[in-house]
Amino acid sequence: METKKAELPRNWELEKLADGRMVLNMGPSHPAMHGIVRVLLTVQGERVMDADVEIGYLHRGFEKTCESVTYNQCIPYTDRLNYVSPFINNVGFSLAVEKLMGIEAPPRCQYIRVIMSELSRLTDHLTCIGANAMEMSAFTVYFYLINAREELYRLGDSVAGGRITPAYTRVGGLTRDLPPDFKQATAEVFRMVRKNISDADKLLTRNRIFYDRLHNTGHISKEDAISLSFTGPALRSTGVPLDVRKATPYLVYDRFDFDIPVGSNGDNYDRYLVRMEEMNQSMRIVEQALAQLPDGPINHPDFNVILPPKGEVYGNIEALMAHFKLTFEGVKPPKGEVYQAVEGGNGELGFYIVSDGTGNPWRVRVRPPCFSLTGGLSQMIKGGYIADIIATFGQINMIGGELER
Amino acid sequence: MGLETLFGHSYLTTRLDEAVNWARKYSFFNYPFVTACCGMEFMSTFASTYDIARFGAEYPRFSPRQADVLFVVGTVNEKLAPVLKRVYDQMCEPKWVVSFGVCATSGGFYDNYATVQGIDKIIPVDIYIPGCPPRPEAVLDGLLKLQQKVSTESVLDRKYR
Amino acid sequence: MSSYLIETLKTRFPAAVLETHDFRGDETVLIKKEALPAAAAFLKDELGFDFLMDLTVADYLPREPRFELVCHFYSSKHNYRLRLKCPVAGTDARIASLTPFWAGANWFEREAYDMFGINFEGHPDLRRILMYDGFEGHPLRKDYPLKKRQPRIPHRD
Repeated sequence: METKKAELPRNWELEKLADGRMVLNMGPSHPAMHGIVRVLLTVQGERVMDADVEIGYLHRGFEKTCESVTYNQCIPYTDRLNYVSPFINNVGFSLAVEKLMGIEAPPRCQYIRVIMSELSRLTDHLTCIGANAMEMSAFTVYFYLINAREELYRLGDSVAGGRITPAYTRVGGLTRDLPPDFKQATAEVFRMVRKNISDADKLLTRNRIFYDRLHNTGHISKEDAISLSFTGPALRSTGVPLDVRKATPYLVYDRFDFDIPVGSNGDNYDRYLVRMEEMNQSMRIVEQALAQLPDGPINHPDFNVILPPKGEVYGNIEALMAHFKLTFEGVKPPKGEVYQAVEGGNGELGFYIVSDGTGNPWRVRVRPPCFSLTGGLSQMIKGGYIADIIATFGQINMIGGELER
Repeated sequence: MGLETLFGHSYLTTRLDEAVNWARKYSFFNYPFVTACCGMEFMSTFASTYDIARFGAEYPRFSPRQADVLFVVGTVNEKLAPVLKRVYDQMCEPKWVVSFGVCATSGGFYDNYATVQGIDKIIPVDIYIPGCPPRPEAVLDGLLKLQQKVSTESVLDRKYR
Repeated sequence: MSSYLIETLKTRFPAAVLETHDFRGDETVLIKKEALPAAAAFLKDELGFDFLMDLTVADYLPREPRFELVCHFYSSKHNYRLRLKCPVAGTDARIASLTPFWAGANWFEREAYDMFGINFEGHPDLRRILMYDGFEGHPLRKDYPLKKRQPRIPHRD
């Protein structure tokens, strides 16, 4: 296939490298590149002089596909955006459509959404730190943290019926309520998660090898991070206390007492510390939310928004019609456009939805947090060693599904 | 191996098959071609709760030249297809391919301009593991199925594909 | 606050502001594309919008101008958001790049170029990001068929 000269990567011209530099291809099928990112490095010895990050190996056409399905049918696709924290994507998308329709889910539903979002944040950070530690050859930590994640997956499974792809929310509500023993199960799981995190903390935080590989690598300044649209732990590690949950609270986040950990140095080690502390804060939020959890319905009362209960469908013509219309045509928000941001595992996860008044969205755009982070990757690894790329890449927590959608 | 072809299907070769297959099926070196969501369950399967080491397949080799089993974990799109083909071509015989999850198997619910509708459009596949993503139990089941398949092969029959 | 931002932009760029609304509380300003660099500089330097949260394009096919560039700005100083939109004609799909103001615009614009074929003038490195060399067309345009594949290697069977 003929390739156009203009579209070749910038530093792919070998003739310029007469000064001893060489071009090294890393990825896309490379263990530290998580399968799907290619970095073309120009190296001088072990030093990275230039880097060109190439993505797109997991582009699955999410945005185009959403234009041809109904709003509720988009929700399973959102699971697979950031598959490490699927509940947050579900919640973000549902919130965006609810904002478009001008409705609000009942209080119990909002609390449950907060709880599930925070459980997702835990799985996200556990996976990130576990995988990062494994790549730094701390294999034991990987097992500890993945075991903790496993317990959280089982908890999520008991709620939503899916470990990784739950598709739990619907526009205006949820697929089902929490199971009856959820509070007790959560307390037990958290006991184990806390123990495993504390073990990992003892193994990593003061570990000389781990510290040396993370400290002062992948450094980025506050100004650069803001200019590159960084959000989430990567931005907070530079000292900017920006968190969507605090800045523009959605759901019922303003009712909980939690802190936003910030770093000061903007390097990988600070990002690691921020994530470790965020996990504790997430557990705090879940415990408060469970204590405050109100009784009541979990779904919006309007049958034009949420499927009526089966008993109603069989016994009531309006409910039957609503069921039919919702299944075939879906919810119909008015014409308009909204942007709804939630705090994902990696930063601000935004959904921009344009409706033309029909049952299918006209345009769905996801603002993926790690898109900006990966965009800034080349700047973060320039000047460092090749080995630092692995630490940096692990700590920006690139998730292919949301990076390339 | 060469010599055994002289004997054809005889007592010697069937005994040899048994010995070779026994060794092969309990010591898979896998190449994880992990792209997407399924990778999370792949990690779970390899961690201590499900412990794929019980079946002798815990050792990932990130060089295709040293691997026996290619685990294609997750969606493969048109941009990635040549990479997958190249990795497969670099593996030495005997080699097996496991298609992990519905995206690798058939494209799953991604049916659009970007995705390949199943990796069997690119490379031959031995075992399909369904699920979106498959639970670790399903993965282990798929591995056992692969072991069964390997145990029925003969050193004579293995065709170079 | 709501009308303050919109009013400020209206008084500053009286000729360029085409339309404003605050549907569901999202303040939106539609401006002419010629005024985009000036408006971006004004937002960044004087109104304190330090984050370019998102930059994307929407395609409204039968309509002309066909495309709309959609930018979401966020100010961490004042904690407010603004959406800025620019109509872009399909026959003349060019607009000024925002990379001089926000480095993060680089990849967002590359994606918009890849998916919609909008040319960002002044972009340092405008090439495809998600699709591959040799891919023809721009998949998120409404006239690109959903299932039109362009394989890089021949498929079996």
